[in-house]
Amino acid sequence: MDFTVQELGKGIAVVRGAGRLNMVSAGQLRELVAAAVAGGSARIVVDLAAVDFIDSSGLGALVNGLKIARQAGGDLRISAPTDQVKLVLQLTNMERVLASYPTVESAYAND
Amino acid sequence: MNRLLILRFFVFVTVVLGVNYIAWRWLFSLNWHAWWIAVPLVVAETYSLIDVSLFGLAMWRARPRELPKTVPLGTTVDVFITTYDEPIDLVMITARHARDIRYPHSTWLLDDGARPELAAAAADLGVGYIKRGADWVDRPLHAKAGNLNNALMSTNGELLLILDADQVPQPEILDKTLGYFDDERVALVQTPQLFGNVPIGDPLGSQAPLFYGPIQQGKDGWNAAFFCGSNAILRREALMQLGITGYVTEVERAVDTALRGAHRVIKRALRSVPKSNEMMHTALADVGQAVDAAKASIDSGESLSGVTYTLQRRVAEVSQAMVAVDVQLLAQDLRAIEEMDAGGADSDFIMNIDATMEVLGSRDLSPLGAVESVQTLLRSIDVDRSREAQPLMPLATISVTEDMATSMRLHGLGWKSVYHHELLAVGLAPEDLGTMLKQRLRWAQGTMQVLIRENPLVQRGMTLAQRLMYFSTMWSYLSGFATIVYFAAPIVFLCFGILPVNTSAWQFFLHFLPFMIANQVLFAFAGRGVSTWRGQQYSLALFPVWIEATVSAAANVFFGRPLSFIVTSKVRGAYRPQWSLITPQIIVSVALTIATVIGITRLVLGVGEPIGTAVNLAWVTLDLVVLSVLVPAVRYRGFDYKQEE
Repeated sequence: MDFTVQELGKGIAVVRGAGRLNMVSAGQLRELVAAAVAGGSARIVVDLAAVDFIDSSGLGALVNGLKIARQAGGDLRISAPTDQVKLVLQLTNMERVLASYPTVESAYAND
Repeated sequence: MNRLLILRFFVFVTVVLGVNYIAWRWLFSLNWHAWWIAVPLVVAETYSLIDVSLFGLAMWRARPRELPKTVPLGTTVDVFITTYDEPIDLVMITARHARDIRYPHSTWLLDDGARPELAAAAADLGVGYIKRGADWVDRPLHAKAGNLNNALMSTNGELLLILDADQVPQPEILDKTLGYFDDERVALVQTPQLFGNVPIGDPLGSQAPLFYGPIQQGKDGWNAAFFCGSNAILRREALMQLGITGYVTEVERAVDTALRGAHRVIKRALRSVPKSNEMMHTALADVGQAVDAAKASIDSGESLSGVTYTLQRRVAEVSQAMVAVDVQLLAQDLRAIEEMDAGGADSDFIMNIDATMEVLGSRDLSPLGAVESVQTLLRSIDVDRSREAQPLMPLATISVTEDMATSMRLHGLGWKSVYHHELLAVGLAPEDLGTMLKQRLRWAQGTMQVLIRENPLVQRGMTLAQRLMYFSTMWSYLSGFATIVYFAAPIVFLCFGILPVNTSAWQFFLHFLPFMIANQVLFAFAGRGVSTWRGQQYSLALFPVWIEATVSAAANVFFGRPLSFIVTSKVRGAYRPQWSLITPQIIVSVALTIATVIGITRLVLGVGEPIGTAVNLAWVTLDLVVLSVLVPAVRYRGFDYKQEE
C-alpha cells in the first residue's frame, strides 16, 4: 500500500492511502503521521477514500497517530471512509472516538 | 467415544453421590451444638463438592481433538521470546531453536532487561531484538504483558508464537499448529508445557499432567481452552481487536469520569474563589460552560476526539485569561514591593510580564490552588491515554497472569481457542522450593486479580459453560480456606471429643464413602493412568500460598496495595534447606501429631469414642501423608543432569 502526504498549510497535513490498511501497511502509516507531526503539521487528516479494507492493526495505527498529534497540540481526523471501513469503525466502536468527515476539506473547516 | 461415555458416567455418579452426601450433611447430620466447627466444616465440604462438579463439567467434554489436515502456506509468523533476567546462554539456546523452526517466520527476542550483550548475541544469531522504547519511561511497565504489547507495535506477522525464555521449541511446532487457523475465528492455539529438568517423582510438583491433558481438553470441549503464557500461537488480528475495543472502553470511561469530576471541581472552585475576584469567577464559569457543552455533545453522539479537542482548546483560551488575571495581581504586588524596596531583585520579572504569562499559561504555576486543580483535571480529559506508554494494550494488564485475562477477553469477543495436546516445546521448571513457591504465588495472585476485577460469571459475550470453565480454575485457588478447616476438624475431635457430625458411624460411612470412592475413581480415570497424586498433595499442602494469594490480591485490587512476594535466599552453591518457607505447614503437622497423641490417650483412658477416634486418626494420617510431600521438596537440591541422562 502506498501513502502520499500533502501539506495544506496552517499546520494541516493530509495522508492518503489506497488499498488495504492492515498489519502490513499500519507501520508505514504510523511513521508517516509521526514524521508529519514532527515536521510541524500537527493537524492530520487521514483520507480513507481509496482504502477499501481496514483491520484492527490499521485502526491501531490511526489511534497511535491520534495520540502523537494530540500530544503535539493537534488532532487526527479521518475523511471519506468507505463502507467496509465504516462497518469496522462501527463494530469496534471506534466511531465513538475518531471524528469522521465526508471530505478532506471539511475536516478542519470549523477550526 | 466409549472412553468419554465412561468418563461421563463417573462424573454423573460422583456428582449425584456428592449432592446426596452434602444434602445429608446440611439437613440431617449437622451438630449445631458445636456450630463453630460444624458449620465451617460443612461449608468446606460444600466448597469441595462445587470444585469437583466444575471439574466434572470439564471432564464431560474431555477428549482429544481432531488434528488439522493441512498446513496453510504463506502465513506470516513472528516468534516472540520473552526474557527479563534469565542467563544469556539459556535465552540463546531457546533463540537458536526458535530460529530453526521449520515453517518460515521471524524470530524476536523481547528483552525487558535491555541487556546490550543480549542485543549483540541476537545480532550474531540473526534474530530480531526488541526492547522498551522511551514511551515506557515513568509509565507502568505491566511486566510480560507490557513486553508483548510493546513488541506487537513494531512487528507485523499475522500469527505470533509466544515462548518463555526457557521453553525450547521443536522444529515442527508451527507445522503442527498452523492448520487450526484456517478457521478464521480461531484466535489461540495452546500447546502443553512440560519440563525437562524434573527428576522421577517430581519433588516440586512441577509437571501438570492433569491440567495439560484432560482439563485443558475438557475446557477446549466447551471452547474455553486457556492461554497459558507460553508455547501458544495467537492471531494478531484478535489481539489488536482486543487492543482497540479496550482503548475505546477505556477512553469512554475516562472522559465520562473526568467530565463528571470536572463539573464538581469547578463548582467547588467557584465557591473557594472570593466573590471580589470577578474575572476569576467569569473564567471558571466559562470553563464550566465548556464542560457542560462537552457532556451534551457526547450525549448527542459526537465523537470523543472531536469533543475533547474542542474542550481542550476552550480550556487553553480560558486558562490563558486566568493566568493573565493572576499576573496582573502579581504585578501589582510586585510594584508595591518595588516601591518599598527600589531596585529589588525581582524588577526584571516585571519587565517580562508578557513572557511570564506565556510560561505560566503553559505550566502548572497558577497561584490559586482551585484553578490549578481544575486545570489539571481538564487536561486529563483526552483520548490519548497518556498515562500509558501506548494507547493500545492488546494483552490484558489487569493481572500478573495476563495470559488467562487475555484469553477470557478473547472468548468474550467471540473468538475461538484450541488446545493441541502434543508436546512441542520443552521448558525448565524451578529447581528449588523457594522459586517454586514464588511462581505458584504469582499464578494464584494473578488468577485472583482476574476473578475480582473481571469475574467471569458476569462477563458478557461468553457462554455459560465458558464462564464456568474460567470460574472453575479461580474457584480451585480458594481451597486454602477449606484446607484449614480440614486440618482443624480432626484436631478438635481428638483433643476435645467434639464431633462436627451428629450421626451414627454407619450412617456416616453410608453417605460419605460412596462419594469419596466415586471421586477418587473419577480422578484416576480422568488422569488416564498418569499419577495425579502429586498434584492433589500440593493443592492441599500449599494452603498458605493460596490464602496469601487471595488476601493479597484482594488488598491489591481494593486498596491498591502491592502484591506480596516470597523472599528466597539468592545464594546458590551454599545450599541449606529453607525450612522457614513452610513454617505454617510445620506448625500444622506438629498440631496434628500432638492431637494424635491426645486422641490415643483419651481412647486408652476410656474417654474417647472408638469409631470417631479411628476415623479421625485415619484423617490425620492422610493429612500428614499429604503434608509429607514438602519434606523432600525442602531438601531438593536441584536437577542432577548427569545422573538423569
